[in-house]
Amino acid sequence: MTRTGRIVTYTALILGALITLFPYYWLVVMASNTTADIYASPPTWTFGGQFFHNIAQVFARIDFFGSLLNTLIVAIVTTLLVLFFDSLAAFTFAKYRFPGSNVLFGIVLATFVVPTQLSAIPQFTIMAHLGWVGDLKALIIPAAANAFGIFWMRQYAQTAVPDELLEAARMDGCGFFRTYLTIALPVLRPALAFLGIFTFVNAWNDYLWPLVVLVDSNHVTLQVALSQLNGIYVKDYSVVMAGTLVAIVPLIIVFLFGARHFIRNIAAGALKG
Amino acid sequence: MATLTRVPDPVRSRAPRQRKRWKYLPHYLAVSPFFVLFAVFGLYPVLYSLFLAMQRWDGVGPMKFVGLSNFQFLVADPTFWDAMGNTLIIWVLSTIPMTALALLIAVGLHSSIRFKGVFRVAYFLPNVTSVVAMSLVFGSIFSSEFGILNWFFGLVGIDPVSWLTDPWAIRVAISIMIVWRWVGYNAIIFLAGLQALPTDVYEAARVDGAGPVRTFLRITLPLLRPVLLFSVVMSAISGLQIFTESQVLLGNRGGPDEAGLTMVLYFYDQSFVHSDFGYGAAIAWGIFVVVVLFAILNWRLIQRPGFLKAGR
Repeated sequence: MTRTGRIVTYTALILGALITLFPYYWLVVMASNTTADIYASPPTWTFGGQFFHNIAQVFARIDFFGSLLNTLIVAIVTTLLVLFFDSLAAFTFAKYRFPGSNVLFGIVLATFVVPTQLSAIPQFTIMAHLGWVGDLKALIIPAAANAFGIFWMRQYAQTAVPDELLEAARMDGCGFFRTYLTIALPVLRPALAFLGIFTFVNAWNDYLWPLVVLVDSNHVTLQVALSQLNGIYVKDYSVVMAGTLVAIVPLIIVFLFGARHFIRNIAAGALKG
Repeated sequence: MATLTRVPDPVRSRAPRQRKRWKYLPHYLAVSPFFVLFAVFGLYPVLYSLFLAMQRWDGVGPMKFVGLSNFQFLVADPTFWDAMGNTLIIWVLSTIPMTALALLIAVGLHSSIRFKGVFRVAYFLPNVTSVVAMSLVFGSIFSSEFGILNWFFGLVGIDPVSWLTDPWAIRVAISIMIVWRWVGYNAIIFLAGLQALPTDVYEAARVDGAGPVRTFLRITLPLLRPVLLFSVVMSAISGLQIFTESQVLLGNRGGPDEAGLTMVLYFYDQSFVHSDFGYGAAIAWGIFVVVVLFAILNWRLIQRPGFLKAGR
């Protein structure tokens, strides 16, 4: 690349990254100043010292820690269930042939086309029958296994789990579930890491279904709580932003933890698809 | 993919019939959780929603069978058509700039520069950040009187825009949020596509004296077609389901003139705000049909031989 080309490329990429990251910067500025500072002209550009005052108002007005705890429970339990059920099914489909296995896997693929809003109203009525409206189970149980994870992990397991190892395990008299636990699971760890972060992020950020099924309850998730906070403090940005900031930080930390690996897998999955 | 050798079955040859019947039990158990959950929370609801779409029901009282009248009403419902129009407008306003920007970023990241990993993480971050949270942040950025964007416009001599009250500005504002959220994701996918391209064609192009722009238009773009196809079809499916940005920013009716009322927001409003479960189910089926038709249309358009010249 020529010198000019290099300068143009760097400038464009840095400018793009700054624009991309600006909302985060602005969020911190707003969360750490007073609303009057935000409304000032010219606006305040620097971090202020009001954050703890703002966040105290958030805690006073909504059950922030309660909804944080609810979100953590939903995200962690959903992720663990998905990892277990999806990897077990994926390993089975990848490495064993049994009567109907191809048809069953075809059905897994076919479920991709079922759109979520088609099932939303009946799901709500099911939850009402079960008495789960307002209960975190309504978020966790329907999401406990999914077609994407099975499909994606099956591809990984086909090449990652060596047939010789399975054969050796069989010779040793190792049963099916023990083979899964002792041989497949350790080999599948990188795939589990990706699917884990993917599931956790989606569970953490989910909005429409929690909004519907946790309606009028004290058990809401962070996303619903944020939306309620916005309704209470219509024009008091700094308070809303303090809550917003605290709500996104945990997830950003989780993401940065495995970002490189995660991004590589997203790209690889799209190319295969 | 599926040609890998499977583990031969241990007991097939020597097991008596009785044992054979039970020997696959662990395998069926292993795959069963997904099927049980799908039957209860996927298949049954879809069938039931077809039934519901032929009822009048508020979710509490008795159901009343009304045949196809919900669908007849849907086809004639101007609000549904407006919602569909808004959704398609927002899709066009977001997908075209997003694809172009993502391509530029991908090409930039594909060149020999440093800190690629940092750039990738920075561009990807919006995709994993809560839409509710960032809709609130953008709400303040777009605020008519106090928003930082209008303040910036004032600096460079542009009149302030009523981002959250003017119908067209509302759609542009939502589109900007969608671009912000998805541009990095698509750039990462395009980048992976670029990295998978064969290098020998580029050698040949250089020998032939083709410049960088010509090489990009005549070689890179056509070779990237499968990746572009994936990206556009995915954005057709997810872009027509826009909900959160509108609902958080503008409320359940999509703001002034219902300019930000999308199809899924209308579905939510009718079903869960107005408890009109029968009509809500009909809207859901309407959305399903629109999404399928639109995805097929996009697929056909981009797959057409003439779409990107000189495709292999």
